[in-house]
Amino acid sequence: MKATAMSKRLLSQRSAFTLLTVAAVIVVIPVLVIVIEIIINGASAISWDFLTQAPSQAGKAGGILPAIVGTFYLMLGTIIFALPLGVMAGIYLTEYAKDNWFTRSINLAILNLAGVPSIVYGLFGLGVFVLLFHFGMSLLSASLTLACQALAMTVTTSREAILAVPREYREGSLAIGATRWQTIRHLVLPQALPGITTGAVLAMSRAAGETAPILVVGAAFLLPGLPQSPFDQFMALPYHLYTVAAHVPGMSKSTIWGVALVLLIVVLSFNILATFIRLKARQRRLNA
Amino acid sequence: MSERKSPAVTAVGVKKTLRRRWRPGEKFIEGWIFLAGILAIVILLGIIALLLKEGLPIFIHTTPWEFFFGTKWYPVSEPPTFGIMPFFVATIWITLVATAISVSVGIACAAYLAEVAPAKVRETVKPIVEILAGFPSVVMGFIGLMLLSPLVQSALNLNTGLSGLTAGIMLSLMSLPIVISVSEDALRAVPDDFRQAAYALGATRWETIWHVSIPGALSGITAAIMLGVGRAIGETMTVLMVAGGALAVPISPTEPMMPMTAAIASGIGNAVRGGLQYQALFAIGLVLFVITLAVNLVADRVLERQKRKFAR
Repeated sequence: MKATAMSKRLLSQRSAFTLLTVAAVIVVIPVLVIVIEIIINGASAISWDFLTQAPSQAGKAGGILPAIVGTFYLMLGTIIFALPLGVMAGIYLTEYAKDNWFTRSINLAILNLAGVPSIVYGLFGLGVFVLLFHFGMSLLSASLTLACQALAMTVTTSREAILAVPREYREGSLAIGATRWQTIRHLVLPQALPGITTGAVLAMSRAAGETAPILVVGAAFLLPGLPQSPFDQFMALPYHLYTVAAHVPGMSKSTIWGVALVLLIVVLSFNILATFIRLKARQRRLNA
Repeated sequence: MSERKSPAVTAVGVKKTLRRRWRPGEKFIEGWIFLAGILAIVILLGIIALLLKEGLPIFIHTTPWEFFFGTKWYPVSEPPTFGIMPFFVATIWITLVATAISVSVGIACAAYLAEVAPAKVRETVKPIVEILAGFPSVVMGFIGLMLLSPLVQSALNLNTGLSGLTAGIMLSLMSLPIVISVSEDALRAVPDDFRQAAYALGATRWETIWHVSIPGALSGITAAIMLGVGRAIGETMTVLMVAGGALAVPISPTEPMMPMTAAIASGIGNAVRGGLQYQALFAIGLVLFVITLAVNLVADRVLERQKRKFAR
């Protein structure tokens, strides 16, 4: 009697665990399908010309060089603004800010910035950088817009990385007469560097894939050449993918998949780089 | 009395001799650090101010009632009408579909990872979930367009595979990583003593998960759901490409539709700056902003409570 009750309970455990495993499989399969489909369908489009030529015939022929270069410019432009400001904000929150309502409202603001929809950042960039500051539909406006969006991430990762530096290090440094800034500059920041770098690389990966904001503040579909100044319009991979996939009729399928593959490679390689840096840092900490 | 006074005097003297040199460079840097610190607030207030400034004037032309409950969005007809009901209902449909999937699958997957999976499996699945989080939304839209929408179309025998349902399924994939990671963290935060106690009372592992771990992590799981919802509401590119873009109020999720984010993205390029349509689009942005802000604030509150729960 007791044994059957027990076996019933074990049976329900087995079926429940099966369900949970199935859920994990349901999560994993689409990821594999997406990656494999994009690689298989996109690989045939990838050629030296595809990567090094400008597009012609409304994107149907030629390559996507301006979009690749535009995306790298965007990543660079985003991180130039978002990283220093993010690190400084992280320093402020960990080393200077007191635990009061003001600091709490800064933290709350950061949290909420992370949740603002990307299209709303686009509206913000359009209203402030394009129109108010007269930067126009340009690489600069797009970089600043994406930087605002990336800020939440660079601040959060910097803050966590700086917080992880043991308190004793700071106390030792202050005890031998270093100023607060000297302590931060020569002790805290070098220690926090791997964490900060991880966040920066992830932010760049995010910026490379972001489409909605640049759609609002000035990505162009077709440009004959590369942008010559920050005030020029630009092409970008995600926007190019959007346009060729959704708006250009008669596009060859392999070209569209090719654009998707190149975008995915850029984004995922930066993601993997971030993971690599994190693992390396953890290893070093364990060895130390 | 005088004996107690003298060390104090010395201390003041020491403090004076050791007083740090005036370092203008450091003050300068620290000033910048403070400015960077408050930048997040400045940007957030800037977003609010801009949305209000550009969006509110629409209510001079259209009453709030017409705007929120109007079912006709004809920005270029004469006279133009701006009713956002179709977009609002579309957002709700798509978010419902996305949340139903991402919550059921996501929480089960989190329970698997936190409680059941062997370490090796977990170390393989977690990076895959991270890859999913890294997919750009435009790629998800593209996949929805190429792979999922033909499937949905033939499976349900629809006129078009571009529908709220298709968009919702793609969005559920995009919400999954955050639902999984936040729920898993919440489950891990439940102290192991609780599980040991349940085992000692004769509970099986599953009974322990169901009656101890999940109830213990409930507020964290709630926060995970809300963050997933926030993500789904704010997503733009995927729904712009896959949802179908129809302007009628959708009656069922299998219809083509246009959620609020897609309405902004597809309209802003044609809107005359400062014109009525431009204002109306900013007003939609304001509505979106308020909704996501509320969702995130509540999620944060719930998450804080979860953190305090087992803090010792």
